[in-house]
Amino acid sequence: MTLHIDIPDENLAGILAKAFKNRSFLAGFAITALVAAVAILSFFWTPYDVTKLVISDKTQAPSLAHWFGTDHFGRDILSMIMVGARNSIAVALVAVGIGMGIGVPLGAFAAARGGIVDDVLMRLNDLVFAFPALLSAIMITAIFGPGAFNAIIAIGIFNIPVFARVARAAALAIWPREFILAARAAGKSRTLISIEHVLPNIATLLLVQGTIQFALGILAEAGLSYVGLGTQPPMPSWGRMLFDAQTRMVVAPWMAIFPGMAIVITVLGLNLLGDGIADILDPKSRRQR
Amino acid sequence: MTAYLLKRLVIAVVTLVLASMVVFAVLEIIPGDPARLMLGLNASADQIELLRNQMGLNAPVMLRYLHWAGGLLSLDFGRSYTYSVPVIDLVRERLVVSLPLALMALALSTVIAIPVGLFSASRRGRAGDTIAMGAAQLGVAVPNFWFALMLIYLFAVWLRLVPGGGFPGWSAGVWPALKSLLLPAVALALPQAAILARVTRSALIEVLNEDYIRTARAKGLPYRLVLWRHALRNAMIPVVTILGLQFAFLLAGTIIIENVFYLPGLGRLVFQAINQRDLIVVESVVMLLVAAVIVVNFVVDLSYAVVDPRLRGRQ
Repeated sequence: MTLHIDIPDENLAGILAKAFKNRSFLAGFAITALVAAVAILSFFWTPYDVTKLVISDKTQAPSLAHWFGTDHFGRDILSMIMVGARNSIAVALVAVGIGMGIGVPLGAFAAARGGIVDDVLMRLNDLVFAFPALLSAIMITAIFGPGAFNAIIAIGIFNIPVFARVARAAALAIWPREFILAARAAGKSRTLISIEHVLPNIATLLLVQGTIQFALGILAEAGLSYVGLGTQPPMPSWGRMLFDAQTRMVVAPWMAIFPGMAIVITVLGLNLLGDGIADILDPKSRRQR
Repeated sequence: MTAYLLKRLVIAVVTLVLASMVVFAVLEIIPGDPARLMLGLNASADQIELLRNQMGLNAPVMLRYLHWAGGLLSLDFGRSYTYSVPVIDLVRERLVVSLPLALMALALSTVIAIPVGLFSASRRGRAGDTIAMGAAQLGVAVPNFWFALMLIYLFAVWLRLVPGGGFPGWSAGVWPALKSLLLPAVALALPQAAILARVTRSALIEVLNEDYIRTARAKGLPYRLVLWRHALRNAMIPVVTILGLQFAFLLAGTIIIENVFYLPGLGRLVFQAINQRDLIVVESVVMLLVAAVIVVNFVVDLSYAVVDPRLRGRQ
């Protein structure tokens, strides 16, 4: 796939005007903002205290008092989903940060250097790609112990080659351009050119990839927590809630339905947002998966 | 063609060797002595030392790696610490569940995604396309294990059409066995199909804008023929690439899905082994899946040459 990304020539107002007309962006932005707002709100207020077990209220169906029902310990599902949002976002955000922070410099370096450096870095990339991410995350958390921290590291490691590959491909498309040639003629070093000229030109593409990886990170965290290797109780997490729900599907289906919907809505919002940003900034760019 | 194949082959082999080193190294740095683990807490230092010698644990690292890697080539993964049987026997037992499951899911995903992609691309921008791609957008966001739970609730708890979990074994007959793999396969396949349908659609749209498509239409070929014979074939490269990547996702995905449905596959084996610290089993399964991914990627590279004649001539 050839990548050709231009910084849009329009000013900020022009981009905003486009954004307001892009349905995908608007929907994605609204959903993502809502999820983020709920996560922030959970620091200050939740309908019920998620650390308090009220056994007399256990597995209650959704009602006015408990909109999404209660779990087997009598905890309010809505409150748990709110606190779980915080957890999912934090894990995915840091994992994307690790992937970008290491992957982008690697990819940009490979593109700037070319030749043997590029070959070696890309072969290493292939190597990491050969390990199915979820399987390796399971192995890492199994060996170094379950928990949110190790889950972040495990998910983060597998974000590195993704960003390295995208950054390299995008940077390679920038390097032959005239303004790079001008910068080189002016005597700037390759590193400086990468930072000053290449990175700003590939930033939008990285942003789009970032939202995709963010969404995948949320799915991965939920998966790891579901199998008991991610966030540990009593901290509520969406994946763990689904695990608890599994054996109680017959008596309390709401325990499974609402946390799952929270995951779907969050991931859907991020994906729409990514699609929207890609559309606005460059209608020709296609999302890579 | 030969040069292209040779290059891909060398890359695959090198990746495989490096991957085996990584897996070996990870297991090396983990604290814990397998000999001590096997003999239990009451073993004397002499006994442990004896077993360490027997297991070859006292040999230099390089030698142990070569011994282990050599064993892999002849499918000798060593013996399980907890079951004291060859790991390959455990794996073989579980593979007859996991492999059919992954293949069923892959087939299902392809059979759904490609027609949907064709449908959407040929009705680009119209209501049918919008609905199909909206559904795909939703499908991408659904975690497969949650989808699995919903399927169990709907088809096993409510409608009672299929079993909600467990596996009767192939000895119980092909149909009951396939029936118990059906829901897990659907749960794995649909989210993957959503991704594949999107890729198929965008690849097709790109191809449909090409001049040779207009030529084919202009000389009077029916649209259906142009779509299937000319457009689809040229759109296959990105589709095949994603299919190859999805195989890796599916293999890893089976690990979680098997736990949802209580299927005695590789995934269950891995989790049991993790809980029992039977690391040689974990190591072997990971190595096996990584090898599978590398082989599949190589096959994908080969298929490029089949799909795209230009690659065959390229040096």
